[in-house]
Amino acid sequence: MTRWPLTYFPTLAIALVAVLPVGVLLMLASDNPQGFDARNLAVLGNTLLLMVFTAVGATFVGVALALLTTYVQLPWRRVWLILLAAPLAMPSYIGAFTFYAAFGPGGEIDNLLGLPTPAVGGLAGATVVMTLYTYPFVLLTTRASLSSLDANLVHAARTLGMSLVASLWRVVLPRVANGIAAGALLAALYALSDFGTPAIMGLDTFTRVIYVEYNAFGLSQAAMLSLQLLVIVGLVLFLESRVRGSRERPGRHLFLWPGRWQTALLLVATSPVFLLSILLPLSVFSLWLWREGMGDFELAYAWNSTYASLLAALVAVLLALPVAHAAIRGKAGRVMERVTYLGFGVPGIVMGTALVYVGLQLPFLYQTLGLLVLGYVLRFLPLAVGSIRATSENLDASLVNAARALGASPREAFQRITLPLTLRGIVAGAALVFLEAMRELPATLLLGPTDFETLATYLWRVYEAGYFGQAAVPGLLLVLISGLGLVLMFSGERWTLSKAKAPNPVADA
Amino acid sequence: MLKVSHLSVKYGRTTVVHDLALSLHDDEILMLVGPTGCGKTTVLHALAGLVPIASGEISPGTWRATPEQHVPPEKRNVGMVFQDFALFPHLTVEQNIGFRLTDASQVDHWVNMLGLASLRHVKPGTLSGGQKQRVALARTLAHQPAFVLLDEPLSNLDAALKDDLRWEIRGALKAAGIPAIWVTHDQEEALSIGDRIGILRAGKLEQLDTPEVCYSQPANRFVARFLGEASFLDGQLDRETSRVSTALGDAPGFAVNGASGEVSILLRPDDLSLRASDPGNGVISWVRYEGSARLYAVQSDAGELIKVRCNHEIQVRPGERVDLCITTTHPLAVFAREPGTSATDTN
Repeated sequence: MTRWPLTYFPTLAIALVAVLPVGVLLMLASDNPQGFDARNLAVLGNTLLLMVFTAVGATFVGVALALLTTYVQLPWRRVWLILLAAPLAMPSYIGAFTFYAAFGPGGEIDNLLGLPTPAVGGLAGATVVMTLYTYPFVLLTTRASLSSLDANLVHAARTLGMSLVASLWRVVLPRVANGIAAGALLAALYALSDFGTPAIMGLDTFTRVIYVEYNAFGLSQAAMLSLQLLVIVGLVLFLESRVRGSRERPGRHLFLWPGRWQTALLLVATSPVFLLSILLPLSVFSLWLWREGMGDFELAYAWNSTYASLLAALVAVLLALPVAHAAIRGKAGRVMERVTYLGFGVPGIVMGTALVYVGLQLPFLYQTLGLLVLGYVLRFLPLAVGSIRATSENLDASLVNAARALGASPREAFQRITLPLTLRGIVAGAALVFLEAMRELPATLLLGPTDFETLATYLWRVYEAGYFGQAAVPGLLLVLISGLGLVLMFSGERWTLSKAKAPNPVADA
Repeated sequence: MLKVSHLSVKYGRTTVVHDLALSLHDDEILMLVGPTGCGKTTVLHALAGLVPIASGEISPGTWRATPEQHVPPEKRNVGMVFQDFALFPHLTVEQNIGFRLTDASQVDHWVNMLGLASLRHVKPGTLSGGQKQRVALARTLAHQPAFVLLDEPLSNLDAALKDDLRWEIRGALKAAGIPAIWVTHDQEEALSIGDRIGILRAGKLEQLDTPEVCYSQPANRFVARFLGEASFLDGQLDRETSRVSTALGDAPGFAVNGASGEVSILLRPDDLSLRASDPGNGVISWVRYEGSARLYAVQSDAGELIKVRCNHEIQVRPGERVDLCITTTHPLAVFAREPGTSATDTN
């Protein structure tokens, strides 16, 4: 038998810890005498409806915007793309919160402009908000498929007498169905796991009911519901793993040149998406800041968020290094790496429930910062692993060999070749984990030590207490942090774009 | 008849096609050639309505497109054949060819004409490159376009296949009686297939004429170099007798753009002959064996590098001295001498 690579041992340990939450939930739920009842059925119905409606809504908005941003030569194309992808970086509870506060009788729009608007809530409200914050998944996956398609097929269809709309429908969309499906499933996954939006919109989905049960000390009932939710999440993840990207040979990029009126019309038709998802939260928070100032917000909340997230990022990167290495080394390593991905699929509220129980069994962990950081790490470790693995995989083994052949010792080769080339992935991974942890709400609510208020939990308390104006500062800070996440995301994309052949009409001509 | 006048195309602020004019008769095949990035494909896209035009007019008679009045591609009744074939991968050969047709007679006609009968129900993915391009051609012609645009139709195919298919495509176009513009970067293809050739450089049409005229009487040095091997040699043109005298002998001359006095003449490799001779008037720089012939590059004592194609029976090695001599009897193109390029111009 060949010897195991050294990194397999820590990776195995990490993989075992990653399975821990599911094991704990199974144990907890087995204590529960109650099975599946009528209320449970209603919750299941709500959850599935929200999931399906969100996926459908995200598909409609996302595909239309993907066609627009990929093919149509609009002025400031890049700016539009970034603005339209921006909601991806924002946690949807920010949107749900401001929608809830802005619309309806007595809402901010009514107060300020005297315009009566219908209240946003329930299944319809949750679907609207969820769609606005998940369509970028579909936008980005569809865009990726679209930009690799060969434009000459559209040119052929059009010169054979088919109109533009018909050729997009019959020649383009069937070939990007996989890309669209991948994005729609990500949107569905988000809708399943999200806690803030259904909670604020008053829709009894699994995540909301789990929180209610947890508060009513029904931990085993919460575990039961968590397991049911995990089964659905597992099904969606399974479907997602079956969706393959398109394997078409990349060809010439399609360019559509709209006239002046068409450009204006397209921009006007697109703007509501941006207005509602980004501008509305910004305006509402700014209005509150102007009206009520800082409120009783304390800088300590922001520091708590930062401190816990920094710890999480540091730990995640340290753990991700051996996992990423093991994943490249062999099949067993890859399997263990896959196991650590489990946490990413576990909704925050479910992770919280499981770790609360762990804390109850292990008193030295209960109500400690350590438990919260463990929660963050288990959920977001895959972000760090993925980021580090991507850069290490690009690292050609022959580079190290070349350095060795030039007389460098293994240590020198690592310091001068491997480390500089993977540093980018390490930093990006740490930043991703940090930004996700800063915005995390449900696990923080459940696992945060007493009186350990973070930006997200403070926003939640403000919502529960109904003193909306107090949310100005944490709200704006969370938007700002989301903006940083967006910058990170797009600096990464530009990096990969500049490596691939950027579409350039002049060079193609 | 397709008429194009004052056509310009811009991408953003970059002008890609400048003030292009051409017309196409009955079943004429016009070859559009030029180096990479010269705007060949953009011209086709503009004619097909796939990019907006900045100025000019395109009209085949049944419609008229201007910058103000865009005619969408599907309304132009234009046929297009692509370098990468652009067959619909989810449709069979037959469905591809009859994409927008209700009447199957055209499908049958072109399937038989191009020898595709055994492939009717096959998906394009399983076809070879040559078969794919036949299907693409059949699809285009079955839709009975007013004119056909071919965008480097042979450049993705093996050399062996190219030769047969280029004649097959030409034959099909002529049989259909449809005019065509055929873009290529292969000068040999352009010379042998085209009824006329247009040479494009940086979006401008440098010359538009029959292959014979473009080759033997190029409008400028760029055209001369683009269509085949070209060497330039200094000489004096006598306007009275229309003869040029050079270090390698006398020859009849044909003045381009009113060149006179001190000139450069264009020499094709077949315009000269060489024999081993010491001292002679030059030394062999390199030899390229081409099977039936050898191409020699000779560094003449006057300074120019001159290419000569000789029967394979003549064998001289690099470094050996030879005697070069102009042997052609047809008039050679004569250009005004470019400052700083004479004698040292070795291209």
